[in-house]
Amino acid sequence: MAELRLVDLVKEFPSFDSPAGKVVAVDHVNLAVERGELVTLLGPSGCGKTTLLRMIAGFEDPTSGDIYLGDRRINDLAPNKRDAAMVFQSYAIFPHLNVFENVAFGLRLQSLTEAQVQERVNRVLELVGLTELARRSPDQLSGGQQQRVALARAIVMEPRLLLFDEPLSNLDAKLREQMRIEIRQLQQRLGITSVYVTHDQAEAMSISDRIVVMNHGRIEQVGPPLELYARPRNRFVAAFIGDVNFLSGEVVAPGRVRVLTETFPVTDMPDSLRPGQAVTLTLRPESVELLDDPRAPQSHFPGEVSRVTFLGGMVEYEVRTQGLGSLVVHASNPILRGVHRRGDAVGLHIPPAALHALP
Amino acid sequence: MKRELEILWQDPLLALLVAAITVSLLIFVVYPLIAVFIRGFQTQDGQFTLENYRRFATFRYLQNALRNSLMVGLATGAVGVFLGYLAAFTLTRTDVPGKQLLHILLILPIISPPFVSAIAILLLFGFNGLITQKILGLQGFNIYGFKGVFLSQVFTFAPVGYLTLRGVLESLNPTLEDAAMNVGASRWQTFRRVTFPLSLPGIASAFLVIFIESLADFGNPLVLAGSRFPMLAPQAYLEITGSFNLPLGAALAVVLLIPSLTAFVIQRYYLQKRQYTTVTGKPTLSASKIVSPGARVALYAVLTGFALLILLFYGTILVGAFTAVWGHDNTLTLDHFRYAFSVGFDTIKDTLIVAILSTPISGFLGMLIAFMVVRLSFPGKGAVEFMSILNFAVPGTVVGIGYILAFNRPPLLLVGTLAVLVLNFVFRYVPVGIQSGIAVLRQIDPSIEEAARNLGADGITTFRKVTLPLIAPAFFSGLVFAFVRAMTAISAAIFLVSAQWNLLTVQILNQVGSGRLGVAAAFSVILVAIVIVAVGVISRLVPRQVARIEIMRAQEG
Repeated sequence: MAELRLVDLVKEFPSFDSPAGKVVAVDHVNLAVERGELVTLLGPSGCGKTTLLRMIAGFEDPTSGDIYLGDRRINDLAPNKRDAAMVFQSYAIFPHLNVFENVAFGLRLQSLTEAQVQERVNRVLELVGLTELARRSPDQLSGGQQQRVALARAIVMEPRLLLFDEPLSNLDAKLREQMRIEIRQLQQRLGITSVYVTHDQAEAMSISDRIVVMNHGRIEQVGPPLELYARPRNRFVAAFIGDVNFLSGEVVAPGRVRVLTETFPVTDMPDSLRPGQAVTLTLRPESVELLDDPRAPQSHFPGEVSRVTFLGGMVEYEVRTQGLGSLVVHASNPILRGVHRRGDAVGLHIPPAALHALP
Repeated sequence: MKRELEILWQDPLLALLVAAITVSLLIFVVYPLIAVFIRGFQTQDGQFTLENYRRFATFRYLQNALRNSLMVGLATGAVGVFLGYLAAFTLTRTDVPGKQLLHILLILPIISPPFVSAIAILLLFGFNGLITQKILGLQGFNIYGFKGVFLSQVFTFAPVGYLTLRGVLESLNPTLEDAAMNVGASRWQTFRRVTFPLSLPGIASAFLVIFIESLADFGNPLVLAGSRFPMLAPQAYLEITGSFNLPLGAALAVVLLIPSLTAFVIQRYYLQKRQYTTVTGKPTLSASKIVSPGARVALYAVLTGFALLILLFYGTILVGAFTAVWGHDNTLTLDHFRYAFSVGFDTIKDTLIVAILSTPISGFLGMLIAFMVVRLSFPGKGAVEFMSILNFAVPGTVVGIGYILAFNRPPLLLVGTLAVLVLNFVFRYVPVGIQSGIAVLRQIDPSIEEAARNLGADGITTFRKVTLPLIAPAFFSGLVFAFVRAMTAISAAIFLVSAQWNLLTVQILNQVGSGRLGVAAAFSVILVAIVIVAVGVISRLVPRQVARIEIMRAQEG
């Protein structure tokens, strides 16, 4: 049985601006999170992901639907009675307590001996590398250190469920990458079931077992990172996760799609598509092969480089084609392969497995 | 320091301005206080003596005056903070109906002359009091003394506590409460271990502010203390105007100044550093869950009760202004207003002139000093900042006595003129503008001003074209405050009015003194009406650009 289950969850807020008099923040969401799994809620701001998380924590009451932790329905349980510790976006460190007392806060509300509190807090502080700073007051901490305090304060409770509300959004880029690795390692080591909210797709892909892509309060797609990246279910998911080119084609036979003059085998294609129907194909920029000679035999389409952006490990090109519009192409290894200039004539080769048909 | 001076001298206009402001603060803030201090150690003919202070050891009524003032101050502080916190907590942490209306009712006493409540109390609980005599049938009930002053001051100053604590509670991130509940704290535990300790510095600060205001209060004690309950501020006034004993009055003023200044220094230099501001991240979407349904009802009941009391007081004043003889002849009449306009027309005019002159000067000066303190560096900056806000703490009685001592001979023979009233109001009420200006300026990125300098604007132009528009909201709130106070102040002004220049508040007090409560009520109604209209007009003046900036801030938050 799933550790956390959301059944038909709806949250409406009253609104005087909208004609309906209400805004639907979360719209009939169903989701099951397995024990020990880290599931990310990913979406643009205002998509309902934070509201969903706050409902799980008990800070918002659902308009309808059910939340189960294990086999217990927790809809009506007060926030302090739910076994779901949260790491807040603003960290919410208590400014009047030092690091140790911040972490000990929840434990001191339970009937534990002082020795037990000390032992558990010290163990967790060591785990997050804050042992030296135990007596510091919060205003003497850096952003990353505050982040660790917030994390320690949540995991010291040994909760059944760990909730993260955009925990890294206030950190700078380098630290963000380091912290997401640490969070993932800690979560796997402790085996705590976790729900993680973020709007950063790279962050979501790097730490999740599964990603839930949300938009307008609804779930667009759920799946492991690679599956979402390789086989997005719709344009929104395809565009939100990574960069993508959309090609329009026409189904000529089952498993075969014609784009302009070329016909490609597309293995990954829903059965519902009939010959003669129009179809949208997704093509990731790094899947396209850039050829120096537009007339090379393996070239499918000729084009002209209209933008060159050097990114270090790779070069991003925009290639203008006849009929397909502009395509974005990523070429790796610029040191060995060199870099094209604007205006160069090039050929584009599209390996069949790179194409994915949207339903 | 030498380098700071050099930088300042590169902009001579700015340097001149800094010098001018410093000198005027010395003359109009510091010098009068020194004059009071010196006069307290003099005999009537100006010989040095300790006699005035020695009298405290021998005369019981002086000891009592000190004790009574402190007692009322502490009690008002405690109850005012309690009510203020309760109101602020209820209005920031629950979603009770009618929040906007309750907020307006709660701040109404702040924009009224301080003794409106004293008059209402006399009408309700005095010898002919509606409640004591007519409803309860009490004969010879005596409202004068501690209970009268205390009741009136709680009514007047609890709103001050409310406003202060509302700011404190709003700046506490509600996520902290969420975080506490998230790790298992119940509502009560969350309040006791997080919300309350975090607001404690604010509570202490609000207590001291009310304590300072209570000590400085002049109108309520003068009307309600009575002869058997002497208090310091009115006693100093009576020594000077009744017994013509200026040295003893000055000595009393110094005694009054000591606890006020002590409280001010603690509040300013100890407590304010301990305030926790935790506004980070985005505001939460819904009302906090920290208040249980039962507690919500209880809080709402107390708050509504207090709001109804405020309504009752104002209603009483309004009805009293139209009632022929309160408690005897209840026919409605316009006689009081007719009388008020016939004897008081010039006074109304004078009051408006003084207020209209002092308001913009005070407003600009406030922003200018705020700009100096935050953005410029010059030697003695700390001292300038201290001088500029010192008048927060100095009771008006002390300032009033200081002005008649300091400006009664050439070259600064100002007593009895319009100038002395305007100068007094400008320097007395500029601190609020300075404080809000400083607060806003600190939030504005200095690089915006640097950009103006970089494009060739000099210091004054930068201030006028860039800084001033940005701090306009603070400027206008400073204007409102300065105007309201200029209209409603009494404690310093009562020493400075003359036959040529009289003020409404003094007029009201005279009417109360001669037992014409109806006329006093009519004057109060006129005064409150003028204030409300003026505040409305000033708010309309707020340029649209300001509204836009406000919106931008809201969006960024």
